[in-house]
Amino acid sequence: MSENSAFTRGWKRPPLIASPWLRWGLLIGGMVYLVLAFGTLDVNWDRVSAGLPRAQRFLGSFFPPDFTSRWEDIYIGIFESLWMTVVSTVVGIAVSIPVGLGAARNLSSRPVYLFCRGVLAVSRTFPEIILALFAVKLFGFGPFAGIIALSIATIGFYGKLLAEDIEDMDPVQAEAIKSTGASWLQWLNYSVQPQVMPRMIGLGLYRLDINFRESAVVGIVGGGGIGATLLTSFDRYEFDSAAAILLVIIGIVMLVEYSSGYIRQWVQ
Amino acid sequence: MLRIDNLTKRYKTGDTALKSVDLEIPRGQVLALIGPSGAGKSTLIRCVNRLVEPTEGKVSLDGLELTTLGTGELRRARRRMGMIFQEYALVERLSVMENVLSGRLGYVSFWRSFTRRFPQEDVTEAYRLLERVGLDHMADKRADELSGGQRQRVGICRALIQDPALLLVDEPTASLDPKTSRQIMRLICELCAERDLAAIINIHDVLLAQMFARRIVGLQLGEIVYDGDPDGLTADKLTLIYGEEDWEATIEKVDDEDDESSVEAELEAAL
Amino acid sequence: MSAKQQGELKVWQRRTPIQHWLNWAGWFIAVAIFVYCWQLVSDKTVWMFVWDAPSQASDMASRMVPPKWSYMSSLWRPVWDTINIATLGTMMAVVMAFPVAFLAARNTTPSVRFVRPVALFIIVSSRSINSLLWALMLVSIIGPGILAGVIAIGLRSIGFCAKLLYEAIEEIDESQVEAIVATGASGTQILNFGIVPQILPAFAGISVFRWDINIRESTVLGLVGAGGIGLQLNASINTVSWTQVSVILLVILATVIVSEWVSARVRHAII
Repeated sequence: MSENSAFTRGWKRPPLIASPWLRWGLLIGGMVYLVLAFGTLDVNWDRVSAGLPRAQRFLGSFFPPDFTSRWEDIYIGIFESLWMTVVSTVVGIAVSIPVGLGAARNLSSRPVYLFCRGVLAVSRTFPEIILALFAVKLFGFGPFAGIIALSIATIGFYGKLLAEDIEDMDPVQAEAIKSTGASWLQWLNYSVQPQVMPRMIGLGLYRLDINFRESAVVGIVGGGGIGATLLTSFDRYEFDSAAAILLVIIGIVMLVEYSSGYIRQWVQ
Repeated sequence: MLRIDNLTKRYKTGDTALKSVDLEIPRGQVLALIGPSGAGKSTLIRCVNRLVEPTEGKVSLDGLELTTLGTGELRRARRRMGMIFQEYALVERLSVMENVLSGRLGYVSFWRSFTRRFPQEDVTEAYRLLERVGLDHMADKRADELSGGQRQRVGICRALIQDPALLLVDEPTASLDPKTSRQIMRLICELCAERDLAAIINIHDVLLAQMFARRIVGLQLGEIVYDGDPDGLTADKLTLIYGEEDWEATIEKVDDEDDESSVEAELEAAL
Repeated sequence: MSAKQQGELKVWQRRTPIQHWLNWAGWFIAVAIFVYCWQLVSDKTVWMFVWDAPSQASDMASRMVPPKWSYMSSLWRPVWDTINIATLGTMMAVVMAFPVAFLAARNTTPSVRFVRPVALFIIVSSRSINSLLWALMLVSIIGPGILAGVIAIGLRSIGFCAKLLYEAIEEIDESQVEAIVATGASGTQILNFGIVPQILPAFAGISVFRWDINIRESTVLGLVGAGGIGLQLNASINTVSWTQVSVILLVILATVIVSEWVSARVRHAII
């Protein structure tokens, strides 16, 4: 081997995936998929181009949005969304605490664990809107159906995270309290609760935020809240009212997010 | 007072941590349990208060058979065995006082403990103990604000407020510097003497064990291979417990003085 | 502090009296708000329907079995559309989120005072509006169809991806960037060699994570006419064909589980 060849060697960045078969296979597969996906998009271009001026009108309606002409409806809808959020978050978290405790592997026996994990899996699978669809069929139109849907979704979300947090806690602190002869409830109160509380408060606030956003949606299928008002204004092409509603939603979400940041710092 | 008969523990993984261990500890005796990592020291003391369920054998405290107790009875029995942990095991987000009072959980009802309304005697005793270990001014600090030595003192208070007959001490000095280690060991031994408590102290530092305990038990692969006084712990015996190594430096007798020079000597010896 | 001397006794309370009352007041207000909200729920609810719900539910469940498996053959296309909505929407979002994230991250934004707030506002508005609301809007503007779904998913995901991405950018190791700057690299070269390699794993992870969420969300977009399997669900419920509904639910379930599995595998491979 002469020294020269070491200097004349070219360099190319080594490919991300080493095997050429896999690399080219993924690339070609990806291309084929994209061609097929775009091919089956079925866009009605006439309708889209007809929509462009409407899009312009919609964007224009944000400047300024019309809060006044439908203010009564907006106010009632937003207020309904807010109390639905409060009730469903409280109820959902209250139910998810026992379920979450049962779904923590280091706390409960095998059958209880499997049962609670099953409950969580079922309540997590379907999006809020599908839950709301069925709740409306069962409980009739109105906020109660929306609350049920949001509560079930909250159980799945919060229970799972609670269970995971308990599984991650420091086992030695738990052991220490157990060794004092504490009862099971005392043990929960003195070793589990202090360890998981700050994070769970943060997640509770986060869920409150999610529930508010989702409460704006369940109204579309008749589950109460601002969603119905929004649906109506879109159906009537009253874009300026719709813009107002969207701005109110964005404002409230920002407010909740901002204040929950403060509360989280405070409980640390 | 504490009797361990034929205690055996096999984990689900198939590892045998303890092989028919027999041990008897009279009232007021401080016993140091030494041995290499994985010898089963931790398992042994956790089998006593059944944080780990023994596979076979009996453990009895003052004639009360512990291995067959139901949950409620076990809780009552655990009150009589205070436990001190390696990493202090304080509940970090609770205050020092709450940590100390958690030692009384076995005595008070759930509602009282939940609302933190402990009986006045307990609170008085907690303050007395904190004063004894020099931490009464820290009572309302959160446990995670304390230094290692301070945390271990709080851990000791939590164990003592249980009014135990026996202390189970799991590597009390493993996370501490040499000087604090000695202070903690001295504190534990003094308190045991004051209250006529028996103690099993798991410790990997042979020097500290010799310095403070009057009886040493050496554990190797789940079996007791040495049981006697500290002076009898010769190089041969240490080889038996830990394996081949030059033990001369370790056996060297160090005065139990708290001045800096002896700490340095100990540091040198440890190196 | 919360310890106070009462004659001879040292009393301990977890909280000072003021904290104690604030605590009670806080709980009282929280409970009052909840009760008030519950009152509003109660007013708006026909309780007769609620008491009737269990029998309704069992009735509905009994009408859902056995699932009409033959209906599967007309579901393949909607499932394909659903997956496409999620995938193309995620791709669109990722492409747009990339620059937005760089504009929003404190350490890469060209102007903290002017550009960053705009980028943050884009992120917040995209995140606060549910994909279903975006779809509602788009259907009303460009008409029903898959395209509306793709754009809705895309618009909703920009905020999510950009938020996680800009947080990742803000956490990068500055010394690596410094090293590249020290070589005399230009702005885009710094980006290419100093920043992008550090955030690429996070970026890929975020994209796959969002894709998984988008599969879930695109199953329901059909409810407002934006394509995918939700259309069939809506139609089947409206025509009370419960045996078809159960097939659709099972298909959604399967899709969600498979996408979760795929995303977990891919994320595992990346990280």
